[in-house]
Amino acid sequence: MRYIEEFRDPKAAEGLLSAITRVVDEIGATFENPVHIMEICGGHTHAIFRYGLDRLTPPGVEFIHGPGCPVCVLPMSRVDECVELAERPEVIFTTFGDAMRVPGTRKSLMQAKAEGADIRMVYSPLDALELARRNPDREVVFFGLGFETTTPSTALSVQQAAREGLENFSVFCNHITVPPPIKALLDDPHMVLDGFVGPGHVSMVIGTTPYNFIAEQYGKPIVVAGFEPLDLLQSVLMVLTQIRDGRAEVENQYARVVPEDGNPISLAAIDDVYEKRPSFEWRGLGEIDESGLRIRAKYAPFDAEEKFGIGYGAGPRVVAEPEGCACGQVMTGRIKPTGCPQYGIGCTPEMPLGALMVSSEGACAAYWQYGGLRGLSDTTATSPMEPAE
Amino acid sequence: MCLGIPGQIIEITDEVRQMAMADISGVRREVSVAPVVDGPLDGLIGSYALIHVGFAMALIDEDEAARTLEALQGLGEAQETLDAMEDGARALEGQS
Ligand code: SF4
Repeated sequence: MRYIEEFRDPKAAEGLLSAITRVVDEIGATFENPVHIMEICGGHTHAIFRYGLDRLTPPGVEFIHGPGCPVCVLPMSRVDECVELAERPEVIFTTFGDAMRVPGTRKSLMQAKAEGADIRMVYSPLDALELARRNPDREVVFFGLGFETTTPSTALSVQQAAREGLENFSVFCNHITVPPPIKALLDDPHMVLDGFVGPGHVSMVIGTTPYNFIAEQYGKPIVVAGFEPLDLLQSVLMVLTQIRDGRAEVENQYARVVPEDGNPISLAAIDDVYEKRPSFEWRGLGEIDESGLRIRAKYAPFDAEEKFGIGYGAGPRVVAEPEGCACGQVMTGRIKPTGCPQYGIGCTPEMPLGALMVSSEGACAAYWQYGGLRGLSDTTATSPMEPAE
Repeated sequence: MCLGIPGQIIEITDEVRQMAMADISGVRREVSVAPVVDGPLDGLIGSYALIHVGFAMALIDEDEAARTLEALQGLGEAQETLDAMEDGARALEGQS
């Protein structure tokens, strides 16, 4: 138990781990025939690796790392569009630092910046608004990226820009939503998922009711979790207990932060500024219905797609992934990162080939950071999918 | 980007824009409190909030703030966020 003394409360962790072991035994799950639990959020993936939860839990529990890392699911064509916008001379392109190193077909934003494009890493869309105020002769574009945790911030920024009449501010909206990809994965006949650990901070915004379909239509348990290691262990225990008891419910382990109905002010801002796109492309997962957001027509002056004619649907969409990259298979839990032929060879955090290596929330980077080449022989997941016919 | 960071609201800086100064792990940063406004802004002074990309997204108690910060430090994400805030400040000066 190498990691357990790093827990805030090691005794509590031990108690949870032995309870998990007991329930796993009662279910009859084993290494050969494990229970597959998907943690949806990249923050959870990071915490699982950091604290070695995948190794502390019994072999009958198999974690499948879900699509909840916004940088990881950003397709190359979206990066290309960012570069195209950033290279326009009148544009100051602002982005969260996380997106800088995601490879595009031609180059990443980092490379574009090195070649002279005016790209600035900001902490918040508020920084982009301020840049627009200070540079009235330039066009400030903010790269809106992320799930429902960051969506309200760009929505509120667009509303603020509209109130101020800041005409040189626009958002290149690539926001995505959590529930549709879960539905897509549940509809995939090759995926075997027995339960979910739900994202904490996304749920703080959207509440827990958007997950009802997982329990009601698909009969799978989901437990919304905080991201402390103890939160995660407790949530895993709650998922396993539901499985043992034959229940499928939406439970909220993180009720101290997540209200059942979410954050009404944020939800109202999202609804005011954005509408669903009919479909949106996810790296590794392809097009998913109603999974992306775009800016409503009433805010068109703040929509970079409208302003510059660049954006979703304007050019060829799906661009092939680089040779030998297995991001899609890792993303859907079909193989472990170490099963990718490029892992550690053509793809490292210093020189990422795929997006899962870029962010600490990506499964490949987490594997690398907390185990280097650990488990290199462990090339496939135990059996996250049924044998393909 | 997704995890946010706890901070304490110490001063209202702009009533109209719903902006406040927050103490985030010893660093002062202006944030929007729009998502947690429920009455007069003054009432927020002293409260702790989970701050995501410059927006206070949920009010939390002091204990939760401390636990969350500790968890973020364990993941190295607290430092990442503070670095990002510094990048943001530099970006305004045109140096980053
Ligand atoms: S090792 Fe690199 S290319 Fe392979 S799946 Fe991971 S991120 Fe993608």
